[in-house]
Amino acid sequence: MPSIILFAPLIGALIAGFGWRVIGEKGAQLLTSGLLILAALLSWVVFFQSYPEAETITILRWVESGSLNVDWAIRMDRLTQIMLVVVTTVSALVHVYSLGYMENDPQWGEDENYKARFFAYLSFFTFAMLMLVTSDNLLQMFFGWEGVGVASYLLIGFYYKKPSANAAAIKAFVVNRVGDFGFALGIFGIFYMTDSISFDVIFQEGHHLAEVKMNFLGLEFAAIEIITLLLFIGAMGKSAQLFLHTWLPDAMEGPTPVSALIHAATMVTAGVFLVARMSPLFEYAPGTLTFVTIIGATTAFVAATIGLVQNDIKRVIAYSTMSQLGYMFAAAGVGVYQVAMFHLFTHAFFKAMLFLGAGSVITAMHHEQDMRNYGALRKKIPYTFWAMMIGTLAITGVGIPLTFVGFAGFFSKDAIIESTFAAGSAAGQYAFWMLVIAAAMTAFYSWRLMFMTFYGKPKGDKHTHEHAHESPLVMLVPLGVLAIGAVLSGVLGYTYFFGEGVAEWFGTAVYTNHDTNHVIHDAHNVPTWVKLSPFIAMLLGSVTAWVFYVWKTDIPAALANRNQALYKFLLNKWYFDEVYDILFVKPAFKLGNFLWKKGDGKVIDGGLNGLAMGIIPWFTKLAGRWQSGYVFTYALAMILGVGGLITWFMITRGLN
Amino acid sequence: MDNLLSLVTFFPMIGAAVMLVFLRGEDEMAVRNAKWIALGVTIATFLASLSILAQFDPENTDFQMVEEASWIAGMSYKVGVDGISVLFVMLTTLLMPIVIGASWNVDKRVKEYMIAFLVLESLMIGVFVSLDLMLFYVFFEAGLIPMFLIIGIWGGKDRVYASFKFFLYTLFGSVLMLIAMIAMWYDAGTTDIPTLMDHTFSSDAFTILGVTIVGGAQTLMFLAFFASFAVKMPMWPVHTWLPDAHVQAPTAGSIILAAILLKMGGYGFLRFSLPMFPVASVHMQDFVFALSVIAIIYTSLVALVQEDMKKLVAYSSIAHMGFVTMGIFTFNKQGLDGAIFQMISHGFISGALFLGVGVIYDRMHTREISAYGGLAVRMPVYALMFMFFTMANVGLPGTSGFVGEFLTLTGAFQANTWVAAGATTGVILSAAYALWLYRRVAFGDLIKQSLQGIKDVSTRERVLFAPLVIGTLVLGIYPGFVLDLIGPSVDALVSNFNDATAGLMDAAPALVSH
Repeated sequence: MPSIILFAPLIGALIAGFGWRVIGEKGAQLLTSGLLILAALLSWVVFFQSYPEAETITILRWVESGSLNVDWAIRMDRLTQIMLVVVTTVSALVHVYSLGYMENDPQWGEDENYKARFFAYLSFFTFAMLMLVTSDNLLQMFFGWEGVGVASYLLIGFYYKKPSANAAAIKAFVVNRVGDFGFALGIFGIFYMTDSISFDVIFQEGHHLAEVKMNFLGLEFAAIEIITLLLFIGAMGKSAQLFLHTWLPDAMEGPTPVSALIHAATMVTAGVFLVARMSPLFEYAPGTLTFVTIIGATTAFVAATIGLVQNDIKRVIAYSTMSQLGYMFAAAGVGVYQVAMFHLFTHAFFKAMLFLGAGSVITAMHHEQDMRNYGALRKKIPYTFWAMMIGTLAITGVGIPLTFVGFAGFFSKDAIIESTFAAGSAAGQYAFWMLVIAAAMTAFYSWRLMFMTFYGKPKGDKHTHEHAHESPLVMLVPLGVLAIGAVLSGVLGYTYFFGEGVAEWFGTAVYTNHDTNHVIHDAHNVPTWVKLSPFIAMLLGSVTAWVFYVWKTDIPAALANRNQALYKFLLNKWYFDEVYDILFVKPAFKLGNFLWKKGDGKVIDGGLNGLAMGIIPWFTKLAGRWQSGYVFTYALAMILGVGGLITWFMITRGLN
Repeated sequence: MDNLLSLVTFFPMIGAAVMLVFLRGEDEMAVRNAKWIALGVTIATFLASLSILAQFDPENTDFQMVEEASWIAGMSYKVGVDGISVLFVMLTTLLMPIVIGASWNVDKRVKEYMIAFLVLESLMIGVFVSLDLMLFYVFFEAGLIPMFLIIGIWGGKDRVYASFKFFLYTLFGSVLMLIAMIAMWYDAGTTDIPTLMDHTFSSDAFTILGVTIVGGAQTLMFLAFFASFAVKMPMWPVHTWLPDAHVQAPTAGSIILAAILLKMGGYGFLRFSLPMFPVASVHMQDFVFALSVIAIIYTSLVALVQEDMKKLVAYSSIAHMGFVTMGIFTFNKQGLDGAIFQMISHGFISGALFLGVGVIYDRMHTREISAYGGLAVRMPVYALMFMFFTMANVGLPGTSGFVGEFLTLTGAFQANTWVAAGATTGVILSAAYALWLYRRVAFGDLIKQSLQGIKDVSTRERVLFAPLVIGTLVLGIYPGFVLDLIGPSVDALVSNFNDATAGLMDAAPALVSH
């Protein structure tokens, strides 16, 4: 059954991509969607099966070179099961949603066929993502890792006539490759140290690797630290963590369903999955875990600050995603991989819904994405409004403190915050405060989005507002399904991801080193003020948003005016793009030009020409009586001579 | 059949001779016949080479299907294949029909053109099957002539400059190689390659003019061969002939150059440098590593700023060859497997990329990147093809490009982490230049007036691309087809190498015990 789940999207992608002329665009759309729904249903069946020990299904052998021995294979355990349902469910819903969303895309002309291509890409992405999460070795994971990267590249650049989309696509791919640089070196390092890259083997080596040293770039490291650090760099790229995050906001150039599927629910969480998957190694690398915690917490904070001031509805959600991914890493960093997966799970539902809801708003508003031109849409698009409302309640973590009543984010986010406090380390403390502050900002920007979009007076183009219309059913149904997830996934998942059932439910899929790591246990016993802190932060943020955007709507502008520098700093995303442009992009082109014109041109060619000009006349003089002056003539004569000799002897002596 | 190898080697040449004798005139009929005969001959050669593959036993690490005929002064006509060379023979015979097919629109001196290519095919196969030093040398050098003519006669407007540059560069290396070969014959008393592989050349250090030569005679011979192979690869800094040669060569010439001729350098390292001069190879390891990493980073950066499509692909080729030389000089299983795999894979991918450039060059008669833009609008099939090979070129897993890069880097990491880290940056840079090229050619809106009527790939062009797509994909998903074939031969190479250099290599750091 796992094989069907895995290959259904691939088959759909291939038929839709190459055979749509035969089955028609509609056929391609329905086929891919149908296969994805099938995969999703089967995934839920598999989800409720039990794999106390990981099971491996081998499909085909892949790379074999000496002791390096890798197969195409499916590894079934709890982590795989979780990812299977997340990926296929969201993907199926996004496929269905896209049936409506892509119907009359204004980016394309009447006579242009784009829908089959879009669905083929979506399905191909899903296949690559499934390869990633079902892998039983690092190489296949890397296949999926790069595969989703390509799918992301193709979908971000889906509107390939638009220069900005093309630029964003390249940026996404190249920045991800920077992460992959680390990931690849991590794989080489693991193979170097353990002579294997299969999970079954390397997972046994964590303890040992913690004790041996490894030389990397002339420096001695504990092998485990450097290997996990390199792997984490890969995770930072894919999951848009600080310093490698700049591609994610730009990725919003892609059609909105893509943002929901790839850049919110699935692909960007691959880094979190990687760390959880590698927990048998990370557990022995306290240094790397500290780094993970700090990067995660800082990302959560930085992204939230940027999210406060963005005006493009999709960008707000993009920064929100980046921020939430930071939460997940902070959880993984303090050793509660299960809680990281919990937030990954709940986030997939409510974030996908927020994006799809945003897509619904955008279609309603004739592809206007600037929230300053929204307002008062509550009545115009009521279903979308309620879906977004549920999503907002979920992401901000609304619930009744100290009880089991609340939306999804209430359980998973609070679990993370409590865990960071329970970790007791300095990094944990830092993360705790960062995440609490970020929680306040999350509430602020989420409600800001809601208020600017659905409340107040209509702003911007009158005509657009008059024609604002609710989306078709095919788009609203996926919203409804996701809404159920956003409401229930927290309360239903709590026991298994965080509560008493966690150890049994995860089985061997996640490794916890019980000698040093009791965080998941301690997190339940944190002081009450800690348990209340995310709630208070949420309340503060929400109320501030209400004051700013509903009650006294002139405050934001006044604040921005008074703190011009800070406002610009946030609006321009901490100037990461500008700095990278100066540090990396421009110098690369300059250096390339320099090496080409000066290096190849002046030094190498110039030098050799000079040499040749010196030698050739000398040769010519030497062989003056030949009169021809071309070195090659002599060479030719020589070679022809030797060749002729051989032939002569061959003919005279015959071939025995 | 006893002399199957000779038959495959010389069959194209026989075809060329037949054409030379029987085809007269320049009329349409003669032109058509020339094309079809050339195509028929190359396909027949490919089919014949399949039976080499069928007879070949990968488990046997000795040379197989050996044919020998004695000659003068201890030299002989001797051919045979092992797991490594049989692969290159197959690559050559497989690509030749595609090369001929890519030349279908040639209108100048068609008969001579086809003859040049057929002769070239024979010479290239000859290089890979030779088991005698002199024979190898003859094939190796003679191959220059048809290529020189192909660039010089059927090339672009600066073809004379480019062909001379090509010729002089490669000839310079060859002269040194010839001297070393004579020295080897003098030392070992034979030019028989298998015997020479078992022969131990002196590696005792000696001093001339106050300079101590570490590795002694081996080092000198190594360097002489190195001069030739490094130019052929080409390695930085003797690479500048390649972009010029590519730019001026006709499409088919570029395909051959990138896909096969460059591989002769790598093949030479595997056949001569490592087995015959192992001690010198160890001494030169860091030197080659340095040149390889420089090549990868340097040429990738240069590729980033190219304005001519062919130049860009040419620079990209040099970077990819950097992975090959790096892999070979790791002296370990993964590195060598990866290097060989990379060469085969690059044969498909670079061939396809040059073919892709040729397709639009045929239509627009320019290779300027800025003359294009938005081709995806009018040429969706072409855009797809080009995207596929762009991704293969950047080493996307699932394509053959990945396996070679991954294995060479895995090997390199075991030898030297600096080298591995430096070379891995090529993974980032290749993505940058390749996608930047793709964006400028295929993406964007199609606004240029000149491109409005451009036609998508024809049936002939699809047929040419098809085997390359299949090869790239199949080897990416199931690399065993190549790795199983070369495995035992590479194992033997590695173990012989280790025996010959025992105690010389730094003791490998303690690995985890199992």
